[in-house]
Amino acid sequence: MKKLLCSMIAIALTAAGLVGCGSSGSNSATSSVYKIGASGPLTGGAAIYGNAAKNGATIAVEEINALGGIQFDLRYEDDEHDPEKAVNAYNTLKDWGMQLSLATVTSTPGAAVATKYFEDRIFAITPSASSVAVVEGNDNVFQMCFSDPSQGTASAQYISENSLGTKIAVIYKNDDVYSSGIFETFMSEAAARGMDIVSTTTFTEDSQNDFSVQLTEAKNQGADLVFLPMYYTPASLIFQQARSMDFAPKYFGVDGMDGILTLEGFDTSLAEGVMLLTPFNADAADERTKNFVSKYQEAYGEIPNQFAAGGYDCIYAIYEAIQQDSSITPGMSAEETCEKLIAKFTSFSFDGVTGENTTWSAQGLVSKGPKGMVIRNGAYVGM
Amino acid sequence: MSKTILKSPMRKNISIYALVIIGYIVMQCMIQTGNITSVLHGQLVPICAYIVMAISLNLTVGILGELSLGHAGFMSIGAFSGVVAATSLESIIPFAPLRLAVSMAIAAAFAGAAGFLIGIPVLRLMGDYLAIVTLAFGEIIKHLINCLYIGIDSGGLSFGFLGTASDLNLKDDGAVIVNGPMGIAGINRISNFTAGFILVMVTLFIVLNLINSRAGRAIMALRDNRIAAESVGIPVTKYKLMAFVTSAAIAGSAGALFAMNYSTVVATKFDFGTSILVLVFVVLGGLGNMMGSIIAATVLTILPEMLREIEQYRMLVYAVILILVMIARNNASFMAYLDNLKNRIVNAAKKTRKGGASVG
Repeated sequence: MKKLLCSMIAIALTAAGLVGCGSSGSNSATSSVYKIGASGPLTGGAAIYGNAAKNGATIAVEEINALGGIQFDLRYEDDEHDPEKAVNAYNTLKDWGMQLSLATVTSTPGAAVATKYFEDRIFAITPSASSVAVVEGNDNVFQMCFSDPSQGTASAQYISENSLGTKIAVIYKNDDVYSSGIFETFMSEAAARGMDIVSTTTFTEDSQNDFSVQLTEAKNQGADLVFLPMYYTPASLIFQQARSMDFAPKYFGVDGMDGILTLEGFDTSLAEGVMLLTPFNADAADERTKNFVSKYQEAYGEIPNQFAAGGYDCIYAIYEAIQQDSSITPGMSAEETCEKLIAKFTSFSFDGVTGENTTWSAQGLVSKGPKGMVIRNGAYVGM
Repeated sequence: MSKTILKSPMRKNISIYALVIIGYIVMQCMIQTGNITSVLHGQLVPICAYIVMAISLNLTVGILGELSLGHAGFMSIGAFSGVVAATSLESIIPFAPLRLAVSMAIAAAFAGAAGFLIGIPVLRLMGDYLAIVTLAFGEIIKHLINCLYIGIDSGGLSFGFLGTASDLNLKDDGAVIVNGPMGIAGINRISNFTAGFILVMVTLFIVLNLINSRAGRAIMALRDNRIAAESVGIPVTKYKLMAFVTSAAIAGSAGALFAMNYSTVVATKFDFGTSILVLVFVVLGGLGNMMGSIIAATVLTILPEMLREIEQYRMLVYAVILILVMIARNNASFMAYLDNLKNRIVNAAKKTRKGGASVG
C-alpha cells in the first residue's frame, strides 16, 4: 500500500513537471490571422493596470474581428511587473509565433523586452510603458502614452502658465521609474520657470500606507498646491489623510491619477477639485469614447481607465496602419511587417479614444495634446 | 587492470561536476540543432545564476548552519558593481568575455567586502536573531542602491547619493549608468550560457574544495556544536566569516551574470522575495546537499514557465508542487523507495557492464 502511494506521488510529480512541455512549439498558423502578443502584470501588485490594458485591447480585437476583414489573435502573458518574467513572457510569445506586439504595460519590464523586440525585429506599440528607456534606440518600439519626461514638463508648464499655485509641494514614489521619471523633468522645468517648490518628499513601495509625514511637511511649508506624480492607489490615501489633518491644498496629478473615481470604496468627494493631465476622458461625448466605455462597462462592470483606453487604441492604431497599407498581409514575416509598420507609424496620424491627430516621431514618442481635467461632482470635466 | 577506489565524498563531488557538464553538453546540442524553445533558451543564464546563488546560500545555511534571509542583497551589490565595471571597462577591454570575467571578479570583490562588513556584527548573533538581521541588511542594501547615482564621463566615474542624476554634474560626453530608482538601463548584454556554465563550475570547485578542506571541517564543526568546536581551539569568528564572505562573493558574481543577461536592472528586483526564492531552492534541494541545490534551482526556475499554459492556476499548482516535494522528501518510505530504485538501476548497469566485459 505504501509502495503504491509512493509510486503515485512520484508519477504525480513527474506529470506536473511535464505540464506544458508539449505545446511550446508554435501552433499551426492560419495565414489569415495576425498574431498579436503582449505582456503585462496580470497578477501581483500592479495587476489592476495589466488587466485593464488587457481588457481594453480584448474589446478592440473583438470589435475588429466582428467586422470580418482583418483578423487578430491576441494573447496576453503575465509578466508580474518583473523584467525577468517579462523576458520569459516575451520568449513564450515568440515561440507562439507572435507577429505584432503591444509590448508591456509597465515601464521596467518594458525596458527589458524593448531591446529584444528591436533585435528580433517585431513591431511593438505599448499602451502605457511610459519610460523613455522603452523607446530609446529602438526604432520599432512605439508608445501610445506620453513619455514620463514630457508629462513632467507639461505639468510644470500647465501649472505655471495658469498660475495654479505659488508654493508647490511634490510627493513622489522614489523607487518607481514612472513617478521619479516625471518628478525629475518636472523639477528641472520648474527651476527653469522659477516656480517655488517648498517641499519635496518621497515614499516607496513599502511605505505607501502612510503619508502623514509628507503631508505635515507640505502643510508646515505652507504649500497651496501639491503635485502628485503617481498612480491613483497611493493618491487616494493622500487625499484621505490630508482631509483628516485639515490640509486642503489644490492637487495636480498626471495620467496615473486617471481611474481614481472608479477605485472601489473611494469617497469621490475627496478628489473634488483635483486637476490632472490625462490623454483619456471616460466622460467625453464623442461617439468613439461612448462606444468604448459602454462596451467596457458591459463586459467588465467598471469604467475604463487610461490603461484600458491605451490598450484599445494600440489595437486600433495597428488595425488602421495595416488597413492603409494594403501590401501588409498576415502571411508576411514579422520583420517585413515591422519595416512597413515603422514607415506607416512615422507618417500617419491616428484618432483614438486617448487623443486625436496622434502622430509618432521616428524615436517612437507620441505627440498628442494632453487634456487638462478637473474633477467636479465626482466626474472629470475638461479644464 | 588497476582499479582506483575513490573515497566517498570524492565520488560524490565528481558526480556533481558530471551532472553539470552533461547538462551543459545536452543544452549546447539542443541549441546547435535548433531543438530548443525560445523560453528555455532565454532561461539558461538565469538558471545558471540561480544555481550559483543556491550553492552559495547553501554554504551559509547548510554548511555554516546560519539562516540568512538577505542573500539577494549580495546579488544586488554584485549586479550593480558588475554592470558599472563592465560599462566603464568597455573601451579598455573590448573583448566581451574577458570584460565579463573581470566585471564578475569585481562584483565578487564588492559583494565579498560587503559580506565582510555585514558579517562582523551579524555573525555575533545566533539563530533567529541572525536571520532577522540578515533580512534587515538585505533591505538596507536594496534601499541604498535605490538612492545611488553613478555617472561616467571623460573624468572618470562620479557618484551621487539621494538627489537626482543631474546632481552628478557630468561633462557633455558623460552618461548616467545607475539612475537611482530607475536602475541601470541599456546594459550591454554580454552574459551567455557558456559564461554561466563556467561560473557554476568555478563555484562548485570553490565550495566543494572548501567543504572538504580543513577549514570546511572546522566550519561544519561549528555548525554541529559550537561549544565543542571552540573548546578544541577552533577560532569561531575566523571560520564563520570565511564561509560567510565566500558565500557573499559568489552571490555577487551570480548577480553580475544575472544583470548582464538583461538590458535593464533595478534594485527592487533583489528584494526579500528573491532571497526567499533562493532559500526555497536550498531547503528543497536539501541543506548541505549541493547536487540537490542545483536540481532544485533548475527545476523551480523552469517550472513557473511550464505552468504558463494553465494561466492563473499556475501559482496554486506551483505551491502545491512545492508542498508535495517537501512531503515526499521528508517521507522516509518514499526516500527508501527512491534509494531502492537507484540501487536497482546501478546494479543493472553493473551487470550489463560485467556482461559486456565477459563478451569482450
